[in-house]
Amino acid sequence: MAHALLKGETGDWEIVIGLEIHAQVLTKSKLFSGASADFGGAPNAHVSPVDAGMPGMLPVINKKCVESAVKTGLGLNAQINKYSVFERKNYFYPDLPQGYQISQYAHPIVGNGEIEIDLADGSSKIVGIERLHLEQDAGKSLHDQHPTKSYLDLNRSGNPLMEIVSKPDMNSAEEAAAYVTKIRAILRYLGTCDGNMDEGSMRCDVNVSVRKPGAALGTRCEIKNVNSIRFVAQAIECEAKRQIEVIEGGDKIVQETRLFDTKAGTTRAMRSKEEAHDYRYFPDPDLLPLKLEQDFIDAIKKTLPELPDAKKYRFMKDYGLSVADASTLISEKSRADYFEAAVKGNDAKLTANWVLTELLGALNRAEKDLGDSPVSATQLGGLVALISDNTISGRIAKEVFAEMFATGKNAAAIVEEKGLRQVSDTGAIEKIVDDVLKNNPDKIAEYKSGKDKLFGFFVGQVLKQSGGKANPGMVNELLKSKLDKA
Amino acid sequence: MKNLTSLTIKEALAGLKKKDFSAVDLTEAHIKATEAARHLNCYILETFDIARKQAAASDARYAKGEARLLDGIPIAMKDLFCTEGVQTTAASNILKGFKPPYESTVSGNMFRDGAVMLGKANLDEFAMGSANITSAYGNVINPWKRKSDDKPLVPGGSSGGSAAAVAARIAMGATGTDTGGSIRQPASFCGISGIKPTYGRCSRFGIVAFASSLDQAGPFARSAEDCALLLQSMAGYDSKDSTSVNCPVPDYASTIAQGVKGLKVGVPKEYRIDGTNPEILKLWERGVEMLKDAGAEIVDVSLPYTKYALQTYYVIAPAECSSNLARYDGVRFGQRVEGDNLIDTYEKTRAAGFGKEVKRRILIGTYVLSAGYYDAYYNKARRVRKLIWQDFIEAYKKCDLLLTPTAPTAAFAIGENMQDPVTMYLNDVFTIPASMAGMPGMSVPVGLSADGLPLGLQLLGKPFDEATIFRAAQAIEKAANFTALPQLAQARAA
Repeated sequence: MAHALLKGETGDWEIVIGLEIHAQVLTKSKLFSGASADFGGAPNAHVSPVDAGMPGMLPVINKKCVESAVKTGLGLNAQINKYSVFERKNYFYPDLPQGYQISQYAHPIVGNGEIEIDLADGSSKIVGIERLHLEQDAGKSLHDQHPTKSYLDLNRSGNPLMEIVSKPDMNSAEEAAAYVTKIRAILRYLGTCDGNMDEGSMRCDVNVSVRKPGAALGTRCEIKNVNSIRFVAQAIECEAKRQIEVIEGGDKIVQETRLFDTKAGTTRAMRSKEEAHDYRYFPDPDLLPLKLEQDFIDAIKKTLPELPDAKKYRFMKDYGLSVADASTLISEKSRADYFEAAVKGNDAKLTANWVLTELLGALNRAEKDLGDSPVSATQLGGLVALISDNTISGRIAKEVFAEMFATGKNAAAIVEEKGLRQVSDTGAIEKIVDDVLKNNPDKIAEYKSGKDKLFGFFVGQVLKQSGGKANPGMVNELLKSKLDKA
Repeated sequence: MKNLTSLTIKEALAGLKKKDFSAVDLTEAHIKATEAARHLNCYILETFDIARKQAAASDARYAKGEARLLDGIPIAMKDLFCTEGVQTTAASNILKGFKPPYESTVSGNMFRDGAVMLGKANLDEFAMGSANITSAYGNVINPWKRKSDDKPLVPGGSSGGSAAAVAARIAMGATGTDTGGSIRQPASFCGISGIKPTYGRCSRFGIVAFASSLDQAGPFARSAEDCALLLQSMAGYDSKDSTSVNCPVPDYASTIAQGVKGLKVGVPKEYRIDGTNPEILKLWERGVEMLKDAGAEIVDVSLPYTKYALQTYYVIAPAECSSNLARYDGVRFGQRVEGDNLIDTYEKTRAAGFGKEVKRRILIGTYVLSAGYYDAYYNKARRVRKLIWQDFIEAYKKCDLLLTPTAPTAAFAIGENMQDPVTMYLNDVFTIPASMAGMPGMSVPVGLSADGLPLGLQLLGKPFDEATIFRAAQAIEKAANFTALPQLAQARAA
């Protein structure tokens, strides 16, 4: 897709976007302590002396988190670094009990990689991954519990995070949203992060700059902690507009950290580069460099599931689906699984349509997730089969589906109960056709004089008289031959 | 019967087994001696109630014939080891009243083996110092007096309380930690033995951190054999410390008497540093002769990067300390001084909580890690550190052990060597290189200075080869026959 350019007073502007995604590793315990990493729980219920930064406490790396980082790195088609180093990022804040965050800096566990993002027009684009590193989360400061005091909840302190840093390869809010969507899909496919942005287990920092097409990179601003895909897109749109206005107004962009105000739909400055901390990174002397064996990496490679892009191409190749349909189906693993269960023995294109349009539409209206669908994949497959073998027409099928969605019954049972079986008896249909033709001599004359569109009128009349049950194909055929002879 | 406080641990264990006396008797004798030596200020906290309970439990085990490695032996615990439910201060105001809800691995190991804790021994604040004059709980006084005057002398540091207690015969042994010489230098100043094992030999879990890549726990005692016994209990792999090494701990006692026949002992020429007391150099020569007479082969070796060790140490150790001490912010534990806002609270808490030397090192460490200075200081120091390590590895191709002085002087008086920090830092010039390289080192008392003060020599060994150090230490011990007692202990014996 061509770059989406923004129009300013002085001409076109190009947006350049890079994203840092913090994804909490889906593990039972924290990155360096045995405490539970579960979401929720009473404040400070999941805190070990290590997480609270007590004197003499030492971090011990959680092997499971290393496996997850490697697995995710493989899922991002990235280089796995067999040698990586945990470093201390030093700054003072009450929710950072040790006075430093253990992170990776000069030597991350995962290096360069790339993923493909799917855009609405059916095109796709490669976005580079700069690195993925492991780090511990901070606790939470609660400022709204007391008029003069702040409270601390260290449940999150020490939780394992993977920070996934993209290259500045995105040029529109749509691309950034597609990137986050794809990263989330990959994480969920891999089972290394639940991707729940509303619970904070996936968060985004968005780097935005603007430039005239072909010019050198502009000064960037970082929008911190954006917590939904929709907000990522909105934040980029408004930040890019702000930057263009600043530059076109004759000012310069100051490199700074900003916050996105979701209610006002604007970004505002948090701290400038001058106020930025000197983090004094240095290798954590409590932890040895992390050295991985090739066997360890190979064993993880063997556990990799089919990833979204591979699935997308397989759906296109094996089922003959369009890029758009395949991309939408694979964007959620549960959706792809649903489709594959429903499509067994059925027409793929028809099944995809039913999943994407009817089922997702109905779920959306009912505000339900696919996991809570009243119609199982097998049931939907049953309905599609009834359409394919001409037991019911597409129109009746919609009626049947509504009933299935409401009651959870099988399609075949509903068709039998309600007598909705399609009429494919030539004699019966012929009788209705004759009836319709006999009652509309004027319309026949108009049709004959060249008003072809009236054919649809005759079809409609026949279907109506049959209570929608007449096989539309046969109706067409019979009408055509009879009108030709008339 | 011999005075119970003058026994070695080995002798005491034999006496306990034979029921010559009980663990309670032994502990009470030490409690009494401690009470009489309170002017030395060896302890920040006496834990006599705990000691009495532990001693009674030891007696019960002796009665059942289930005695353990150190059952009933009264020791001093450096107040840098977290002890569950017992105040642990690191000699700092900022941790005043802090009672850890966990036990350090080393203290836990010793309690498992039946050791009796008399108290939490005084030290330099956060183990930063070489004279035990930076403690927020007062100076420790060396039980030794020099002939020339009656001034109170320092016990060395940072494990000054531990060393003084063992020398004064108010504890049979003690735990210490050594970051740049904090076990070996006070052992030398107090006329006792002390070993810093190989980095990774003892778990650091539960030890208040000073400089994580250097800190290592080790014991003090009045014989090489007693040190071996204590280390046997303290050492071992611990999954809670990622830098602890999974390397079996040999039975030191079974090899300690093997002597040094056939061993090659290296004498590094770089340890002849200008300004070293000639008495110390003479003592060193005596030490070489002792080992030679005992059958060791003496070889000259060179450790060319030795001269950079001190400077490098004073970049690395403060850098790590500046980060390690960031957690003392008054938010979750220890002392807090309320301020008008968060920053004010931080500033007031730290201003009141940290002493001068600790603040100095935090400032140095913050500086050497800051943007623009990192490569010139911290990174360069790390590279030099590698070369220092390489020096040892090369030297150990030619020899099994190294023999050097422990400290450039005997114990000095409180107030001396304090004109500037660097003079004080020079105390550790012989001990720091092995710390930087993670090598094990031990100080053994060899003789007295003309002024009547003990002087020690340092044995340095190969990684995880403390067993060979103990053999040589015992050989020197036999040859030196160091029987002098500090005045205080003489008085008690009389």
